[in-house]
Amino acid sequence: MARSHKPIVWSLFAAGGTFAAFITPVMIFVTGLAVAFGLMPIEALAYERVLAVVQNPIGKAIVFLIVFLPVWHAAHRLRITAHDFGIRADTLVAILCYGLAAVATFATVYALFSV
Amino acid sequence: MSRKPYIRSVSTTSWWLVQPRYIRYMAREVSCVLIGAYSAVVIIGLLRLSEGAPAWNAFLECLQKPTSVAFHLLALAFALYHTTTWFNVTPKAMPIQLGETQLPGGIIIGAHYAGWLVVSVVILFLVGV
Repeated sequence: MARSHKPIVWSLFAAGGTFAAFITPVMIFVTGLAVAFGLMPIEALAYERVLAVVQNPIGKAIVFLIVFLPVWHAAHRLRITAHDFGIRADTLVAILCYGLAAVATFATVYALFSV
Repeated sequence: MSRKPYIRSVSTTSWWLVQPRYIRYMAREVSCVLIGAYSAVVIIGLLRLSEGAPAWNAFLECLQKPTSVAFHLLALAFALYHTTTWFNVTPKAMPIQLGETQLPGGIIIGAHYAGWLVVSVVILFLVGV
């Protein structure tokens, strides 16, 4: 039977979709809206505080998952959605989508290990 | 007697505009663009954090701009739509069988919403909202 990379992409899509469903709304609120709407003091996102989270090994792992899983979920869904918008160059779309997700993953790892 | 075969003309690019349920389907699919864009913002933040306090503080200041707030509101709307659509199909995506009977879908969906509430409250508490 021909080998397929589908199970890998699909499991990342499912895990990422679940993770994004649970985590992403509250993360968007915390990092992007709470301070602007005066619901949280800006000190909650102070440099030393966020740095401490990201320098902690467990914190690093959690932050990595918060970025990595939704990014691969989004990449896979974007590839499928491109077809729905009438774009039929699937190979090119797949390379672009998964390529972007790979760049995002490497950038995250780089940032997490240089803090 | 020959007839012309009936070929329904369907636009490959705008087919989804003809029915509200197709539009809702596309809104669900397009949520990935906002989730991806928000992830990019988080990655930029992590890179700024690694550059030191001045870079991080400039990033924080950028997040308070009206354009940033507008983007995050839009992203939140789509993220919430992703959450509800994702939870609502869980009984189909992972049905749970107990002996002879199936666990009712409402319980599976409800458990996801309850878990979501707990996770969100815990994160808000940890961050200090």
